[in-house]
Amino acid sequence: MGTAWLDQIASLPFWIAVLRIATPLILGTLGVLLCERAGVLNLGIEGIMVAGAFAGWLAVYQGGGLWTGVIAAALAGAAFGALHAVLTVLLGLSQHVAGLGITLLATSLASFAYRVSFPKVDSPPTIEPFAPMSALPLPVLNAQTPLTLLALLLVPLLAWVLYRTPLGLALRMVGENPAAAEGQGLSVARLRSGAVVAGSALMGVAGAFLTLSAFNAFYFNMVNGRGWVCVALVVFASWRPGKALLGALLFGFFDALQLRLQEGALVPYQFYLMLPYLMAIVALVVVARRAAYPQALMKPFRKGER
Amino acid sequence: MQLERRAEPSRALLVAAPFVAVVFTLLVSSLLVAWAGAPVGRAYALLLEGGFGSRFALTETLTRATPLMLTGLAAAVAFRARLFNIGAEGQLYLGALAAVAVGGLTGGTGLDVSPWLLMPAMLIAAMLAGALLLLGPALLKSRFGVDEVVTTLLANFIVLLFVSAMLDGPMKDPSAMGWPQSVALQDALQFDKLIERSRVHTGLLLALALAVGLWALLRFTTLGFEIRAVGANPRAAAFAGMAVTGTMVKVALLSGALAGLAGAVEVAGRTGYVTLDMSPGYGYGGIVIAMLAGLNPLAVVAAAVFVGGIQVGADSMSRAVAVPTYIADVIVAVALLAMLVATLLAQYRLRLTPRARSA
Repeated sequence: MGTAWLDQIASLPFWIAVLRIATPLILGTLGVLLCERAGVLNLGIEGIMVAGAFAGWLAVYQGGGLWTGVIAAALAGAAFGALHAVLTVLLGLSQHVAGLGITLLATSLASFAYRVSFPKVDSPPTIEPFAPMSALPLPVLNAQTPLTLLALLLVPLLAWVLYRTPLGLALRMVGENPAAAEGQGLSVARLRSGAVVAGSALMGVAGAFLTLSAFNAFYFNMVNGRGWVCVALVVFASWRPGKALLGALLFGFFDALQLRLQEGALVPYQFYLMLPYLMAIVALVVVARRAAYPQALMKPFRKGER
Repeated sequence: MQLERRAEPSRALLVAAPFVAVVFTLLVSSLLVAWAGAPVGRAYALLLEGGFGSRFALTETLTRATPLMLTGLAAAVAFRARLFNIGAEGQLYLGALAAVAVGGLTGGTGLDVSPWLLMPAMLIAAMLAGALLLLGPALLKSRFGVDEVVTTLLANFIVLLFVSAMLDGPMKDPSAMGWPQSVALQDALQFDKLIERSRVHTGLLLALALAVGLWALLRFTTLGFEIRAVGANPRAAAFAGMAVTGTMVKVALLSGALAGLAGAVEVAGRTGYVTLDMSPGYGYGGIVIAMLAGLNPLAVVAAAVFVGGIQVGADSMSRAVAVPTYIADVIVAVALLAMLVATLLAQYRLRLTPRARSA
């Protein structure tokens, strides 16, 4: 042990791993953030990531290009997002329960479709995933795939949309005070539905990163709670895209660190694996007192009803 | 298009809602069965037969439904108070681990405790483990406003890793040929069989008794009234002088204990020891069951038998025709969403007019 882990932290591969681990979390957290800013909790993320991972991988396996796979994943995410929008925005059902239902549905549909397409395979069929970019100035970025760059570019883009455009103002308004927004002539239903569909598309791409970039095949438990971590990270980030990036990187840091601490460890490796989940809970508690939830989060809006 | 509350929720529609939801679910799922290339009629016949159609099928379904009833009750009581306990899966595993930790005491340690004493101690340990596991998120919710959905979900992953560490380490069965499997309960601590030549065990009676007990508690006691009041409107409940935090803590202890007990019941009734795959998602299934049952403890029993039967039937069907067992999970998920929508439409009607008179 000793200070070997300090040398690790100072090394380039460590920071490459941090950014790689953080990428699906950045995409997923931005997706959750978009939904919640408009006032809709989307617990479908865990399942939508599974569906995105599967759809993206399948499109490429069937001969599509890698970016076709990304689009397929986004479309799969958007489809489940549309279902979530119908259930929670149009019908005003409990966002908790509907979201969990979407997670169950998306996970089981992806697993079902995988088994129907590949009834008898011993090892999961593989694809040729995204290659690292090589023409960039920064060594940490150079080792990443274009999806990481996409995730990093989406952070300022979403921040700009939310804070600098009329659309962003409208989205934040329906998340804070839908009755007032409706009074301004905005359609709460359309804005919320749009945010949920777009946010879910991002969640789908977050899942596709796992099959098209981090690994090269689809495994049943590959999302493994990453979706729930994203939901926690949004609270930690106070619903701000920049802080969401920070939170995802912090999480990636602890995940990369625990992987390295496992080598020559004194405690069973499972305790290191717990660290990222514990960190997510700690982060929630730390910010809880001053968490500024969007005022209308989880509150269905029905015209003329209080 | 918008929703309009019906002046009076239609009783007929409310009663019909579950049936409409089930029919809708079967229609949707039949598309998937057809996609998998199996004859739809035969597949459903096989599923029904495999889940309910013979003595063997029925006893297997009841065995499967037993832990589901307990996790269903755990979710129902928590959701009644709007404590969204999504952590029943973790509570079940920790309960199972606690049961083996206490029930395996007499194994090699030389302790000689009567099974009559050890049996209740084992069940209480499991309930305590589950209850304490949920107490944390419940307190974080009421004290700091931390969303319990996320904390209980994350806790599931932490507990599973903890169980895995225990099965690799101190609680490992050395005679299990390297499989991560806990030491076994002694025979005297295993539940008796309820039905000859089947796997149905007395844990079923326990689950049924608890369903009735919970129904009575919610209906006839002060605590039950407080739970319902806090769930309906926490602010009004606090205004009426109720201790909302206190009620929340009691609900958490109750819900966690039920889920923890499910773990002990599985160990003592079916497996005899803890493995990492002892639950095929009983905790998550319990949430679906509670929703299907409209959070009514007595209806939880019926919903658990329905879900258990679908799962057992799907296993048996997939062996006969080429439909993956995941169809069971799809059916359960669609049934949950369809049930939500059907219940809603019994209370509201859809209007296609763009703008009704403003209120």
